[in-house]
Amino acid sequence: MVFGAAGEPKNFDPIFNDDGESFRPIRQMFDTLITYKRGTAELAPGLAEKWEPNSDGTSWTFTLRKNVKFHDGTAFNAEAVCFNFDRWFNIKGAAAQSQMIYYGDVFEGFAANEGDAAGDPIYKSCEATDESTAVVNLNKYKGAFPAAFGLTALSISSPDALKKYEADSVQQSGDSFSYPAYATEHPTGTGAFKFESFDRANKTITLVRNDEYWGEKAKLDKLIFKIIPDENARKQELKAGTIDGYDLPSPADYNSLKGDGFNVTPRPAFNILYLGINGTNTPALKDLKVRQAIAHAVNREQLVKTKLPAGAQVATQFMPDTVAGYADDAQEYPYDLAKAKDLLAQAGAGNLSLKFYVPTEVSRPYMPNPTELAAVIADDLKAAGINVELVSRPWNGGYKDDVQKFGKHDLHLLGWTGDYNDAGNFIGTFFGREKPEFGFNDPALFDAISAADAVVDQTEHADAYKQVSRDLMSKFLPAVPVSHSPPAIVVSSKISGLVPSPLTDERFDTVSKG
Amino acid sequence: MMTLLNRKKRRVDELAESAGTSLAADALRRMARSPVAIIGAVIVLLFAALSVVAPFIAPKDPYRRYPELVDGLRADFIPGPMPGFLLGSDELGRDFFSRLLVGAQQSLFVGVGATLIGLVLGMLIGGAAGAFGGWVDSWLMRFTDIMLSIPSLLLAISIAALASRGSQTTVIIAVAVTTVPIFARLLRGAMLAQRHSDHVLAATALGVKRRTIVFRHMLPNSLGPVIVQATLTLATAIIEAASLSFLGLGDPDPDRAEWGLMLGNSQRWIDVRPELAFYPAIAIIIVALGFTLLGESLREALDPKNRR
Amino acid sequence: MLRFIVRRLFQAIPTLLVLSLLVFIWLRSLPGGPAGALLGDKATPEKIDALNKVLGLDQPLFIQYFKFLGRVLTGDFGSSLISGEPVLAEIGRALPATIELSLAALLFAIVLGIPLGYMAASYRGRFLDNATVIGTLVGVAVPVFFLGILLKQVFAQDLALFPPSGRQDVTIEATRVTNFAVLDGLLTQEWDASADALWHLVLPAIALGTIPLAVIVRITRASVLDVLNEDFVRTANAKGLQAPIVRRRHVLRNAMLPVSTTIGLQTGLLLGGAVLTERVFVWGGLGSLLAQGIERRDYPRLQALLLLAAVVYVLVNLLVDVSYAIIDPRVRTS
Repeated sequence: MVFGAAGEPKNFDPIFNDDGESFRPIRQMFDTLITYKRGTAELAPGLAEKWEPNSDGTSWTFTLRKNVKFHDGTAFNAEAVCFNFDRWFNIKGAAAQSQMIYYGDVFEGFAANEGDAAGDPIYKSCEATDESTAVVNLNKYKGAFPAAFGLTALSISSPDALKKYEADSVQQSGDSFSYPAYATEHPTGTGAFKFESFDRANKTITLVRNDEYWGEKAKLDKLIFKIIPDENARKQELKAGTIDGYDLPSPADYNSLKGDGFNVTPRPAFNILYLGINGTNTPALKDLKVRQAIAHAVNREQLVKTKLPAGAQVATQFMPDTVAGYADDAQEYPYDLAKAKDLLAQAGAGNLSLKFYVPTEVSRPYMPNPTELAAVIADDLKAAGINVELVSRPWNGGYKDDVQKFGKHDLHLLGWTGDYNDAGNFIGTFFGREKPEFGFNDPALFDAISAADAVVDQTEHADAYKQVSRDLMSKFLPAVPVSHSPPAIVVSSKISGLVPSPLTDERFDTVSKG
Repeated sequence: MMTLLNRKKRRVDELAESAGTSLAADALRRMARSPVAIIGAVIVLLFAALSVVAPFIAPKDPYRRYPELVDGLRADFIPGPMPGFLLGSDELGRDFFSRLLVGAQQSLFVGVGATLIGLVLGMLIGGAAGAFGGWVDSWLMRFTDIMLSIPSLLLAISIAALASRGSQTTVIIAVAVTTVPIFARLLRGAMLAQRHSDHVLAATALGVKRRTIVFRHMLPNSLGPVIVQATLTLATAIIEAASLSFLGLGDPDPDRAEWGLMLGNSQRWIDVRPELAFYPAIAIIIVALGFTLLGESLREALDPKNRR
Repeated sequence: MLRFIVRRLFQAIPTLLVLSLLVFIWLRSLPGGPAGALLGDKATPEKIDALNKVLGLDQPLFIQYFKFLGRVLTGDFGSSLISGEPVLAEIGRALPATIELSLAALLFAIVLGIPLGYMAASYRGRFLDNATVIGTLVGVAVPVFFLGILLKQVFAQDLALFPPSGRQDVTIEATRVTNFAVLDGLLTQEWDASADALWHLVLPAIALGTIPLAVIVRITRASVLDVLNEDFVRTANAKGLQAPIVRRRHVLRNAMLPVSTTIGLQTGLLLGGAVLTERVFVWGGLGSLLAQGIERRDYPRLQALLLLAAVVYVLVNLLVDVSYAIIDPRVRTS
């Protein structure tokens, strides 16, 4: 099967990657300790059959699957697991550390921090108590566990191959990095497919079936990812039959693709688009009433119906309703122009002029076309009597700096795709600390979020986050949640068995072509 | 590469030589007999007229989102023609026909803006080179040679991309810069050709000041080829601006109704509503053709070879 | 003469230094740096600052410039932020792709353009001539990218006669020798690879070749008309030489001179159109490299492309100087 990818992978070492284009092939070649039930964000056994925390969540015991072999024929066991964890923790060089984005998010620090962004390490040690039992000890519990053990970046590599191909030697090369042979030519995991080649001239990644796979063997003997950066070209290649499917079809094409007999399958939406509000430059925005007026003024129902793909939903909180921590009874802000005007009048903000920052040259699953979405939102706000000036900035050319670093905006569009099923991955990321993006400093809110994050019991953990979410919607409203839109995947009618995942964690081992 | 550059220069210089050798009336008479010139002139006049009256004859407000259109929008659907909306909706629920009409104005603005800026800068450089001669001339011409040796679209792309943000002004400037060296060489060549012409020699002999000679005699008589080139440049300017929009380097303002931009934005919809791309594209082609036809027939009319 | 060339070469060094400084400062002053591009969507301002420090981007600009210069002089242009591959390797692979496409476009324009122009001239003033002339004017007025989209829509999507994009089908396992896909197939005797590469070339070559085609037709026509009016042709006709012989012996040969210089001129211009054509047909050449580099703000790649362009232009300039010096010895002493 040939699957159309939108971009080139950075490399194939899971730990040095953070983007979907790299993760797609990596997920076929590697396994994680914990994985997700196909098509959901629920945890399921991966390389570990069972996992058990101690009472305060600082020690995790993994009971490993037996008779698993890496692609190079070496055995997978508790020592191999600990080798991987120790490798990440002890890695040297600011270059290598700076590229371990997910490791940094989860474990926060290294044995010897060499970059500015790293903090105190969460990871303490790993013991292989017997052949198939690995115990990972932490300095502190975080809400991210155990879900974070399922992150693709934390996939388990063959210790032999890591050593043989000098996996740690990431070198700075000009303004960028160059990666060792392990990451470019010899990725060695336990997954259902093995690496064969990456033809940079023809832009194709070729994987072959791993006949020694521990689970059910892959149905395809060969899996090719063809990199086609242009969206329109991906569609035409599919129609021409030169590829069998591709990721993230443009919502504009759903109808025509379906009409031609292709299967467009939306993933369950696991993302959020929000209209951010920053009160630093326009103090009127610090008034809750004004922010509520903005929420009432935006006709999100119509926006979702007319500009987002079928299956998209209006967001009422800063996380999708499948996340533990979503509160059913949080305050909502339905479209109500009169109420918006009324609230603005009450706040004495009759003549508001706002700079609305919009990213260009970008398309994300949560915002397929930001310019169009912003135009619609700006139109709604104008109807409520707010003057809006649209300020466009290229995504990679200043937008994120202006918004996240300098906070030059009053309003802005941004969003997030969840990494794992935990409310902290959404709310904590957005509002867990003071950020120029939102421009407020509210220790009460920050404390509430970190307190919720520290609760070990899963039910209490979720309840604590529900309360935070309720407060966010009624007392703070630091932004307006806009929508959750389902990114889709499209395949020809000959392909069956591809299960879309909310985390974009699709595995091709169940796929067959016939 | 070397001969290539020389050829490019020579082509410009040939046009320059025709300066001052033709009388406007004579040229006009010859043009009136040419059907090509008439077609070109008609297209250009219609385009100019449309861009002036478009805002008044547009049946709907081109910037308003009409509820009846917005209602029919979907992520994968844009409503087609319906009563009151001749060509249906655009991607945001605005009247496509009205936007197409108003687009004439914006496209003309971009084309004329870029050409005028290029013309003024080019004439300053070329005029200075032609008037002063000597090392000023050789340095300025060296500069224009280097610019001429860069494919113009590549130059425009680099400028538009490296400007920190896209806007209509960026597009106009990026396109304008590529036309500067052509105008500069042209005017210089035309002025040099006249330096030894009888009337300039006569004026010099009579003791007329150099500035007066340049402004009264050399400049006005050099304008013929410059006008020809400006007409042809208008066509390429409009196409180049559209190309920049296609590459995503155009004006990001969603309100702006400009043909190149409309064409660039509607690529996503080519399967759903191909007209959204076709109408602006055809408008661009017709206008570019109009300016090309007019420019080419002007060039022919001014060409001394054709004055048999 | 040699001394003159050496002197001019040394004089080119400051020009190159100034150009490299300009390119460097320009790219550094743009908002959004390599760190943001490297870190992707999960980038936070803190992580970007930390990475900037790792990359040395927090140092004073002139120190950064000298480090950069030192690397460039040893041939290290850094790795692309997008692909992680050394930029020079990327450029080395993209260059043959662009050349291949440009050559194919040129070939299309020449093979079709010269006979068409000749025919138009032979039937001057008749329907065929008028149609050809109008055709050439329209050909120049159609934006390259729109023609590409149109061709792709009709011939690749609706009629499914040609592949819509790319240089070769993925199912073909071709050996790479020169990275000229057609040539590689011939060299390794992988005929199907060559045929497939040719098949992929058709639509992009037509899209890119249309403007040169229009220009070549017009020049050929004009040039043939000029020659037909020359005295020696009239004499040949008067002497009763048969028309085909006159044509072959005299007209075509003499008319080809301006045509060949036009072809040379068009070759340079093709590069601009190639950016658009490569974008439409997802052709992995220099144009794609540039367009993608701009969109993703791949600084190392843009730096290398701009610097190489600067070197090429300085060299061209030098060549012009040298040629002037050969023609006119007085230049050497000035």
